[in-house]
Amino acid sequence: MTLALAVVLGLLAGIVAGLFGVGGGILFVPTLVALGLGQVEAEATSLAAILPTVLAGTWRQARYDNVRWRPALVLGVVSVAGVGLGALVALSLPEHVLRKLFAVLLIAVAGQIAWRARAG
Amino acid sequence: MKLALIGLVAGFMSALFGVGGGIVVVPLLILLLAYRPHVATATSLAAIGITALAGTITYALHGDVHPAYAALVGLPAAFGATAGATLQQRIGGRMLSFLFAGFLVVIAISLLVR
Repeated sequence: MTLALAVVLGLLAGIVAGLFGVGGGILFVPTLVALGLGQVEAEATSLAAILPTVLAGTWRQARYDNVRWRPALVLGVVSVAGVGLGALVALSLPEHVLRKLFAVLLIAVAGQIAWRARAG
Repeated sequence: MKLALIGLVAGFMSALFGVGGGIVVVPLLILLLAYRPHVATATSLAAIGITALAGTITYALHGDVHPAYAALVGLPAAFGATAGATLQQRIGGRMLSFLFAGFLVVIAISLLVR
């Protein structure tokens, strides 16, 4: 992968992040792997890349008065604890089965959101 | 209380399934706490900042973070996120919900084929 392509994919990841309120790791990780990093290093480096991404996105959203700061603080801090728990459980369960279950759950949630938007 | 539960579930699932917390937090804020989609996504971004900071520090202590590569994709992404957030303001709440639902389906498919 060329550096120019990595920059373009980074830009794209940022647009998705700003638009949908995610970190962008879904595009960062494969990009970093394609640049030659190992899976763990790519995931670690992706977390670091998420920092400027969400900082810029949050800054912009704050100007539109869309950020609820206290809930964000609670969500962020508690979710760090959740990561610790998840990491413990992940070691003892078959990963591919869980991933497929989660995918089905996401589709159900997507349907629920679309249904509510349609009705509301 | 619901907020704490959402945060816990988001962190738990992201560690378990290798996905970011955002795709869990945003739908739960919309469905459980009736956040408007714009507010849900903006609040999620701020929350991810905390989680990603904790994760980055943990991995950096093990020497797994490559700062130059992080900057290579992360700095363009900062511009992209600014653009994405600006673009989002031009979209209505209902349209944003539909787009987000579509985004979830794309993620789900990528998990299924992996």
